[in-house]
Order: sequence, then C-alpha cells, then structure tokens
Amino acid sequence: MPANTLASLHIGETATIVSIHAEEALHQRLLALGFRTGKQIELIRKASFSGPLQVRIGTTDIMLRRTEAAKIKVSKP
Amino acid sequence: MKRIALIGMPNTGKSTLFNRMTGGSARVGNWPGITVELLSGKILLGGDMVEIIDLPGIYDLHGYSDDEQVVRHFLHDNVPDLTLVILNATQIERQMSLLLQLKQLNMNIVVLLNMSDEAKKFGITIDCAKMAEMLGLPIFLLTGKYGMGYQEAMHAITNALRYRTPGMAEELRSQLEQDEHIEREMARLMKHAVQVPSRLPDNLTERLDKLMLHPLLGLPIFFAIMYLLFQGIFLFGQPMQIGIAAGFGWLHDSVLAPTLTGLPTPLQGLLLDGIYNGVGTVAAFVPIIVLFFLFMAIIEDSGYLSRAAFLMDALMAKLGLDGRGFVMLLMGFGCNVPALMGTRVMRSRAMRLLTMLVIPFSLCSARLQVFVFITAALFSPQAAPLVLFSLYLFSFGAAILTALLFKNKFKNSEPFVLELPPYRFPTLRQMWLRGWHEVTHFLRRATQFIIAGVVLVWLLTHIPFSAVPASSDTLSGMIGDWLHPLFAPIGITPELTIALIFGFVAKEIVIGSLAVIYGLSGNALGGALAHQLDWVQAYSFMLFTLIYTPCLSTIATLKSESKDNAFMLFSIFWSLGLAWLLSLLFYQGARFLGY
Ligand SMILES: Nc1nc2c(ncn2[C@@H]2O[C@H](COP(=O)(O)OP(=O)(O)O)[C@@H](O)[C@H]2O)c(=O)[nH]1
Repeated sequence: MPANTLASLHIGETATIVSIHAEEALHQRLLALGFRTGKQIELIRKASFSGPLQVRIGTTDIMLRRTEAAKIKVSKP
Repeated sequence: MKRIALIGMPNTGKSTLFNRMTGGSARVGNWPGITVELLSGKILLGGDMVEIIDLPGIYDLHGYSDDEQVVRHFLHDNVPDLTLVILNATQIERQMSLLLQLKQLNMNIVVLLNMSDEAKKFGITIDCAKMAEMLGLPIFLLTGKYGMGYQEAMHAITNALRYRTPGMAEELRSQLEQDEHIEREMARLMKHAVQVPSRLPDNLTERLDKLMLHPLLGLPIFFAIMYLLFQGIFLFGQPMQIGIAAGFGWLHDSVLAPTLTGLPTPLQGLLLDGIYNGVGTVAAFVPIIVLFFLFMAIIEDSGYLSRAAFLMDALMAKLGLDGRGFVMLLMGFGCNVPALMGTRVMRSRAMRLLTMLVIPFSLCSARLQVFVFITAALFSPQAAPLVLFSLYLFSFGAAILTALLFKNKFKNSEPFVLELPPYRFPTLRQMWLRGWHEVTHFLRRATQFIIAGVVLVWLLTHIPFSAVPASSDTLSGMIGDWLHPLFAPIGITPELTIALIFGFVAKEIVIGSLAVIYGLSGNALGGALAHQLDWVQAYSFMLFTLIYTPCLSTIATLKSESKDNAFMLFSIFWSLGLAWLLSLLFYQGARFLGY
C-alpha cells in the first residue's frame, strides 16, 4: 500500500489515519479535534486557489491548510 | 464567596449556558495570574451568592495556545470550588479527552453534556447514569440554548457546591504522559455509554455547505452576504445616529444652553462644546455597535464566520491574517470601532493585534463624508467618482502593506485548524444579549477616554480665550505653525493642519471645523477651499486624512481591546508616519511631474 497523506486524497474519499508527523502544538490540537491513529477521515472539499481542506472525522467537520494536511499519513482502504 | 468555573472546548455552548445562568448580568474582570479579562457573574444558588466564571474555550489542558495558558494559570491561582465541564454531546467522542484530563486534577466536577437537542437529532444516545457511574462524576444532559434539562443540572450544581473542594494536585501535571491512559479510558466509556450511528443523516448543514462553500459560487455569495450585512447595519444605523444627534442637539439648544447662560463664556464652552459634545460623540456609536453585534451574532453563531475563513484563507494566509480578519476589515469600511471589537473571535493574540493594526485603514463612513465634500468642491463631476475610487484603493493598499510589513512582528503561532460547526440560528435573546453586552463594554471602557480627548481638543482650539476660536492665535494655531515645516512639504496649509487636529477626535467634525476656521459654510466654504488650494494639495490632504488615526473612539477601542498602551501608541505613530510618507510621495511626485 503506497503511503498517502491527507493532502493527497480526492474529494469524497475516506481513509484511515496512520500517523501524524506534526510539531507539538499542532499535534495536540489535532488530537483534541479527534485526529487519532486508526480513525476514519473523509475529505469533504477543497477551497479554491489552493485554499484549505474540509475534512470530517466522526461528527466533527474541520478545516485545515494543505501544508498541515500533508503531515498526516493515511491509508486508503 | 464560592467560585464556579466553566470549562469546555470552543463552540460547546459555554457562553450560552453562562448567559442563561447569569441572566446577562455578567461583567468582565481581572484575575490573579492572568493578563486577559474574563467574564464573570454573581448569582444566588441555594441561599448563597456564588461567582460564575466563563473561561476561554480550550482543546487541551496541556496545550500551547494563548487561551490554554490562560486557563492553566487561572486554575493554578484561583482553584474553583466547583468546575462545570461542558461537552458538546454530539462530539462527545473526542471531547471526552478534556474531561479526563480535568478529572485527573481531582477537582470538584459536574459534567454537562450540552446540545442534547442536536444529539437527539443525530440519533446519538448517551447513557448518562452509566457514564456517571463509570466516571464517578455527576453527569447531566441538557441544552443551554433552549433550557431543557437545565433545572435538574442546576439542582445538582447547588448540591455539589456543598462539598469541600478536594484541592488540586500541587502542580498541574505537566505533560502528556497520561495520554495513553486517557485514550484507553475514552474507548471504554464510548463503548459502554454512547452510541453514535455509523453514518450521520444527510442533514441541512451538508446541503447548505454545498452552496455556501461552492468552488465558484462560494466567494460571490460571501461578498453578497457581506454587502447585505454592511447595508443592513448602515440602513438601520444611520437614522438612529441622526436621531441621537438630533436629540442631543435639542437638549443642548433648549435646555442646557439656556440654563448655563449665567456662567462665564469659557466655562460654558467647556461644559457644552467640550464635555457635552464628548458625551454626544460616545452616544453616536451606540446604535452602530448594537446593530453590528446583532448582525455579528447571526454571522458568528450561525457558523458562517468559519466558512468565511475557509473561503478567504488562500488569500489571507499570505498576509498573515485569516478569513475572519477579512470580515472585520470589510466591516471597518462602515465603522472601525465595532470591527476592532469583533476581532475578539480570533483567539491568537498575535493575529488579533495584526488585524487591529490593519482595520483603522478601512475608509469608514465618517471619512467618506469629508472626501465627498472636498471632491465636490475641487474636482469636476466626471473626476469625482474616480478620485473617491482611488481613495478606496489607497485604503486597501495601506491595509495590505501594513499586514505584509508587520506579519513577522505579530507572528501567529497557533495552528490554523478550525472546526466548521453545523449551521445554527441564534435566538433573539442571544442576539440581543450580545449587542447589549458589547455596548456596555464599549461605554464602560471608552467613555472617559473619549470625553477627555474631546475636551483636550476643545481647549487647544479655544485657549487663550481672548482669541477667535480655532484661529491661528489659539494653541492649535500655534501647533499648526509649529508643525508647518512638517506639513508644508505635503502641501497642507496651517488652516488644514488645525482641521486635522480636530479630525483626531472624529472625522465627522472635520468639515464643521473648517467652517469655523474659515468662518464660512456649505458652498461658500467649498468655494474658499477651491480658491485657496489646488487639486494636488486637496488630494494630499485627503490622503493624509484617510491614513492617519481615524478617531478618538478608534484609539480608545484599540487601547481597551489590546490592553496595551504601547500597542495603541505604535498604531497611532505608524498610521501618522505612513500618512505623512504617502502624502509626501504623492505631493512631491505630482509637483515633480509638473502638476
Ligand atoms: N442546538 C443547540 N445549539 C446550542 C446550544 N448551546 C449553544 N448552542 C449554539 O452553539 C454555538 C456556540 O455557542 P457558544 O455559547 O458561543 O459557545 P462557546 O464557544 O463554547 O462559548 C452558538 O451558535 C450557540 O447558539 C444547545 O444547547 N443546542
């Protein structure tokens, strides 16, 4: 299975979080928002002009920038 | 007095619940150990007065954000007798981590699972009794917005207050070592006490987002909403402002002036044109602030503000700002004061300060009045719209330049990861409380400062009392002469310099002050200006008026919102410096080109 990051998902795709490679502050925020290893994550949409991504974990919708999304490794089913 | 603290993640309905508990009687206050002000209110619970404190929303007790540090320091220095931990029941799965962290501190805790209405709609069932038993904490399901379950919770809170505070672990345990434990505990709780449907029903939010965040339509819709908001505020606000001004004028002419006729003229002037006018200046902002926050409550509580951030982020990130800052900047084109107050939604202090530095460059409606008058007097009807348009461009340009120059000085260190909450509509009560709260905040913080400023300018333009007011013989005239070497290179005459000193109070009075200075008004004043100035000078004057400090109320707001006098001074001097530099470039450039 190739290593994907959240930033490389297509709209509507769901994947599983494998690992998060972020600095401490970001890592903690992501944890609190529900980004945990093994969780399902869905890419809902991307903003125009290389803007942020909207993702869904469980019942929470979250926006984050692409640079940050690239720090989250996911595996597609 | 016993203390109850409200803790929860952002957007869990903490403020809503807080307002319900305190009935809107809250006040901001300072606390030991922290530099930001917190909202608190006193209520009667079980026969005793208790103080309830609304702490900022946090994601993680050990987090690094400004708010997380505030909460940590608060808990450290002001151990509450009871902590209400508020979780959003629809997101209980992830919010549980905060509760478990707090539980480890051995505090006296009551857990409130808020938004029971939404949880029900989503088909999430929570077995509170089971969860309470597993955690060993009282747990209640309720909705702070509509009040269901509120009474039972308050009953339990009253009871819980009777216990002695168990005291907290000496130090807040510093690191995340317990995280693994927290994860296991979370999984166990979820498994036994919560059921979340595997797939949420395709709800209204999803359908609305399809439209509001549409790749092509999203931005046009955003600008349309901003336009409506803007028009709405000023459509309703301007008549109210005019009404208030008329009321003040009537009181002045038919009550105050006649009763004060016995007093010496300078004292009369000080009381009426100084202090009373200062009060009038403050009052003129009241309708705009109330309306602004009534509308802001809709934009913010509905969840649209986070959508605006999503849409505008690509652009704003380059400026070191975020999309919410852009909304405030746009609103600043109406009036800078509420726009500055609105930056409070941004939780990172650095980003908030940067936004506050940028907002005063928005060409507000008061400045527009000045420009309309001067362009009408000095430019042909064909050129006038272009002149006005170019001033708007300068306004945006100054804002962008400032953001770019200072984005590294006010570097945002907080991760930009925002929740997009479901769309919700605020109740009228919520909207009204917000408007009311913001106005009282403004009045309490800014009134003295503004009145003092108005009085100061009045004194400058009237001392010595033997001189003709605002003439070159008064203090302001002397300052104008004294500053002449500075203003001559940008084409601004001593008369106009005096008007700029007035403009420091409010741009609304600039034209009025020119009328006093020249002893003419209306078309005659326009004619005199056209006679004395050429268009290059007039444009240079407008440019300066656009960029330098908008008004005393803006300064007072900068001061009260940043709680940092150095920042306020920095903002004043930066805008004065930039105004002078731009006017210089323009004036000398135009002269050099032979105009
Ligand atoms: N449906 C529902 N919405 C709520 C409830 N309590 C608060 N809200 C809404 O949730 C949003 C966030 O509430 P707020 O009190 O500002 O949250 P805070 O950030 O935790 O202070 C607002 O739009 C509220 O109107 C509730 O019990 N049910």
